[in-house]
Amino acid sequence: MSLLEIIDLRAKVGDREILKGINLTVKHGEVHAIMGPNGSGKSTLAGVLAGRELYEVTGGQVLLDGKDLLEMAPEDRAREGVFLAFQYPVEIPGVSNMYFLKAAVNQIRKHRGQEELDAMDFLNLVREKMQIMKMDQTLLNRPVNTGFSGGEKKRNEIFQMAVLEPKLAILDETDSGLDIDALRTVSGGVNAMRSPERGMIVVTHYQRLLNEIVPDYVHVLADGRLVKSGGKELALELEAGGYAALGIYDEEEAVGRV
Amino acid sequence: MTAVAEQNAQWLELFTQQPAAEPWIQALREEAFARFSAQGFPTTHHEEWRFTNVAPVTKVARAARPADKPAAIPEQAKPHLAKYASLDHPFVALNTAFLHDVRVITVPRGATLEAPIEITYEGPAEGTAAHPRTLILVGANAQCTIVETYKGEGTYFTNAVTEIVVADSAVVDHYKIQQESLSAYHIATLQAAIGRSAAFSSHSISLGGALTRNDVNAVLSEGSDANINGLYIVNGTQHVDNHTAIDHAKPHATSHELYKGILDGQSHAVFNGKIIVRQDAQKTDSKQTNKNLVLSDDAVIDTKPELQIWADDVRCTHGATIGQLDSEMLFYLQSRGIGRKDARNLLIYAFAQDIVDRIKVQSLRDSLERTLFEKFHEHPE
Ligand SMILES: Nc1ncnc2c1ncn2[C@@H]1O[C@H](COP(=O)(O)OP(=O)(O)OP(=O)(O)O)[C@@H](O)[C@H]1O
Ligand SMILES: [Mg+2]
Repeated sequence: MSLLEIIDLRAKVGDREILKGINLTVKHGEVHAIMGPNGSGKSTLAGVLAGRELYEVTGGQVLLDGKDLLEMAPEDRAREGVFLAFQYPVEIPGVSNMYFLKAAVNQIRKHRGQEELDAMDFLNLVREKMQIMKMDQTLLNRPVNTGFSGGEKKRNEIFQMAVLEPKLAILDETDSGLDIDALRTVSGGVNAMRSPERGMIVVTHYQRLLNEIVPDYVHVLADGRLVKSGGKELALELEAGGYAALGIYDEEEAVGRV
Repeated sequence: MTAVAEQNAQWLELFTQQPAAEPWIQALREEAFARFSAQGFPTTHHEEWRFTNVAPVTKVARAARPADKPAAIPEQAKPHLAKYASLDHPFVALNTAFLHDVRVITVPRGATLEAPIEITYEGPAEGTAAHPRTLILVGANAQCTIVETYKGEGTYFTNAVTEIVVADSAVVDHYKIQQESLSAYHIATLQAAIGRSAAFSSHSISLGGALTRNDVNAVLSEGSDANINGLYIVNGTQHVDNHTAIDHAKPHATSHELYKGILDGQSHAVFNGKIIVRQDAQKTDSKQTNKNLVLSDDAVIDTKPELQIWADDVRCTHGATIGQLDSEMLFYLQSRGIGRKDARNLLIYAFAQDIVDRIKVQSLRDSLERTLFEKFHEHPE
């Protein structure tokens, strides 16, 4: 059975259809990159998979290890192993990173029938993962993402992923805003999590990330559809010729960013 | 007879049934009763009571029984009792007209009390009224913490007045925890006279009561500092009204005010923050903030700053916000496996966090944290 099966998925925001029939299969152990112009629907796809209420699914099916993902609440999807690294991580003043993450780990462990971690075990786990991500430990005591720099927020996302050990990781432009050293660290963290059981969807605009996290497949999303798929060389083609080479215009240039 | 006259006649009967007290107390009572009779209970036509209808309170209040034992008011109260809280407030007048047991707390000059002074008022019997009165006298350079707790069971009316005199350079932290029964009426005035270079903080936590009205009034002297905080959490048909008045009478004083409210169900909250900066009070630094988190469509908040500034070299800021739980934050928490209810609770709790953090009495902070969690734990979707 495939890890993730997306069949003719359609979704809208308000009255506007954004996803116009997406088909994608991710098998255990695979890394799929999704590229595409601004506004083409990449974050929408990521959000629909994670269960964001803003999007209304109007058709299609999504199966995670054969289970109907679309009928689950966002927290149940996370407990079943879906993880979304946000393009724009949300600042939550007043909620400490540590408290938040401990609650998350333990709710997920409970769902999996594992014992909850006590304070000591949790701290050890967190320390180990922070080291991999070269993260400052003081970030743990701060409110979630609040006042974090762009780079710190992205690291924090991957750090959370490392702690929560999902089955399916969706990384939405995790590379944006990272300098080259941070990009290496973050990619290293992601690569360390590649395993035969885990699948990943990596949304990016840039080849430089795909040099670090080498994908098995690359897809191009344009105007709500996957218009082209190929191996990792497809990303190199795009880098050289841009989307225009594929006959796709960039919405950002055409109508400006919404 | 008109309604007011009829009411007054009943009150007069109740008033005259009180056992006689020493002449100075009797004189206070009589003056107060005259002032109360002249005003009657406020209606929503009074600006100060626009959003708070006390009609249900007056019914319970009238069913009060007179005390059967003589008043117990220590002699040291005499120079201060009823010298600060204004009888222009009808409920202060009513409380003073029925002065009976007065709790007097004196902290000698220069004394530092490590342990908080705890005062607990148990609500009166079903269907009756009580007029608790507290006088706190803190000597120069002294330091202390006072915790007043109000609780009870059933339907009753608590009409409390607390006067605090903070002498020069004293440091006083006052906490009031209002956890009355959900069918009780609670009207209370806290009146603080703050001396030169003294520091006073007030933390008013309102959790219970069908109808609550808090007046917190502080009069500042030269170089004094007031921190006036409040947290109100209401649900169902609860009504809570917080009126604060900070009077910068003299120069170089600072006041920081933060009131936060969490409203659910069909509750109604009122915040009215008056800041007076007198002509003399140059270099005043005053900041007022009122923030409200509204969890339901039917809850209502009326919030209003009221600034009266007569001096020119001052810094006064104020701001009020009314918001809902942030759906992006909720989704972020849920996307990490945290259930919707827990995510909501975390955010509600986070909203109240800075008020909780200001509470310096550890046991109080712990119990408030527990209450917050319990209060919202079983929240319906
Ligand atoms: N909350 C919203 N309300 C209205 N329209 C929205 C909303 N969110 C997204 N959209 C629209 O949906 C379309 C797809 O947006 P989406 O964020 O999925 O694009 P994207 O491919 O991730 O773009 P980028 O590369 O810039 O991140 C865009 O036209 C966007 O304006
Ligand atoms: Mg996007």
